[in-house]
Amino acid sequence: MTWVSDHWNEIFTLARSHVWLSGLPLILGLVIALPLGWAARRWSRIYPVLISTSGLLYTIPSLALFIIMPIILGTQVLDPVNVVVAMTIYTVALLVRTVADGLGSVPDHVLQAARAMGYGGLRRFVGVELPLAVPVIAAGLRVAAVSNVSIVSVASLVGISQLGNLMTDGYARLIYSEIIAGLVACVVLALVFDGLILLAQRLLTPWLPAQGGRA
Amino acid sequence: MIRFDGVTKQYPDGTVAVDDLTLTAPTGKITVLVGPSGCGKTTSLRMINRMIEPTRGTISLDGQDTARMNEAEMRRGIGYVIQHAGLFPHRTVLDNVGTVPRLLGWDKKEIRERSRELLDRVGLAPELADRYPSQLSGGQQQRVGVARALAADPPVMLMDEPFSAVDPVVRDQLQDVFLDLQGELGKTIVFVTHDIDEAIKLGDQVAVLRVGGKLAQISDPAYLLAHPSDDFVADFVGRDRGYRSLQFQPSPKLPLAHERTLLVGESTDGMSSAWALVVDNERRPLGWVEPSRVEGPVTTEMLHRGGTVARASGSLRGVLDAALSSPARRGVIVDDSGSLVGTVRAHEVLSLIESVDRPDEDLADAFAESEPETSR
Repeated sequence: MTWVSDHWNEIFTLARSHVWLSGLPLILGLVIALPLGWAARRWSRIYPVLISTSGLLYTIPSLALFIIMPIILGTQVLDPVNVVVAMTIYTVALLVRTVADGLGSVPDHVLQAARAMGYGGLRRFVGVELPLAVPVIAAGLRVAAVSNVSIVSVASLVGISQLGNLMTDGYARLIYSEIIAGLVACVVLALVFDGLILLAQRLLTPWLPAQGGRA
Repeated sequence: MIRFDGVTKQYPDGTVAVDDLTLTAPTGKITVLVGPSGCGKTTSLRMINRMIEPTRGTISLDGQDTARMNEAEMRRGIGYVIQHAGLFPHRTVLDNVGTVPRLLGWDKKEIRERSRELLDRVGLAPELADRYPSQLSGGQQQRVGVARALAADPPVMLMDEPFSAVDPVVRDQLQDVFLDLQGELGKTIVFVTHDIDEAIKLGDQVAVLRVGGKLAQISDPAYLLAHPSDDFVADFVGRDRGYRSLQFQPSPKLPLAHERTLLVGESTDGMSSAWALVVDNERRPLGWVEPSRVEGPVTTEMLHRGGTVARASGSLRGVLDAALSSPARRGVIVDDSGSLVGTVRAHEVLSLIESVDRPDEDLADAFAESEPETSR
């Protein structure tokens, strides 16, 4: 444990970059997945296409994606943008389906009432459909958050620093405390993300019975 | 006024939901569309606010073709109530009621005031305003649904089986609240139901549709019960239509018999009749007792409450029912304030019924004549 107290600053710096590399893609991914998920609901023909394409994206090994990113984006090999974009792709892959299913969970009679009362398309989406889809979307977001925290650690192999460094470095130098510190830090980070999303969901859905997180 | 002109709805697979429907829902009246499932009643209703596009024909609101109107704007001018209320689960009761005023861009304070006023109108306590729909009973939700539809004071209301999902007692209350409101507001209402009793209770005009979306008959409820146009309509309006049609016949002057009464706490000693009527201090009837079976002062527990009570100013249906349901075989008749005015026997009611004419062809003619006038 002395290793941890000796390297406190280093762990903190790595954790901060881990937060960025996994958190920013979460937000970007959600912003991109919202219109895609909406489109998948709106035109039933593109639903299967979007779902299988996004599912396929998720099967690309993260290491491969990190490596080909500079080629596709024309960025420097050590540019963190590579990781952010790759993680955003994973997040979108997970969330398109979630958003589509979340919008699909809005009861039909509610949608009908909204239409009949003179809600236009965009206003209905923002004012009625999206708020009611929050529980399902939040559940998907929690899965994506945990998955992001875990996948990002692989980026150490392409030279982008974050908590994964503790594991690769610890393994290379056989410092077990360092490996365990990296592991625990990842778990704590995942729990923090999870808790924050859950909190946001509670605040956004005051109408749901208090005991139900409906994750 | 809402006018259907040769309206047909055919789906791509060839099913005809509504077939060449022509009818007028007059201004300020309740027009009920009734029929078995698959008769196109809901489809017809939804074509009015263009939730469903007609295949052929035109629908006009006060002479204006709805196809040429802006959809969202038109819908904000039409109140809409559906079976499970369709309330927004994520909005409080008050915010649900204020939906259309908000869409119309009213001032916030104005919306709150209007919403509170409407909750009161539909008989909901003010403390329910901040609850969410899931915290309300089915009947309360339905009241919120009606309040929401009325919020922007639309001249037209569309109601799709609004009272079907609640239990019979609550349904009855809701229907009464609805009729009271309509009495004050005089909206142009199209109301869909599969329940012929509801149609007859609420409708100024009842349109019976048959499977395949064809209009079988349209008339006022009394005429419909008395003169169904064919076997389908006759079947649909039901077996006891003769009895039910009495609802539309006001009681003529009844041959009332004087009834000896006693108050709670008085003794039945010395009463020779088989049944005696117990009333309160304002002569409101409470129930019957059998003097031969009780001793001492009458208590409320002894009362036989099987009999219904009819108002002298009510319909023959109520009077006949009072006579038929009374354990003493004497129907209890009260005035408008609920005080006893006398009793009447079933055979006397029956001879009155025989002396009153059934609604005849004249009524139908009068109805037909009003058509061209309203269709202008």
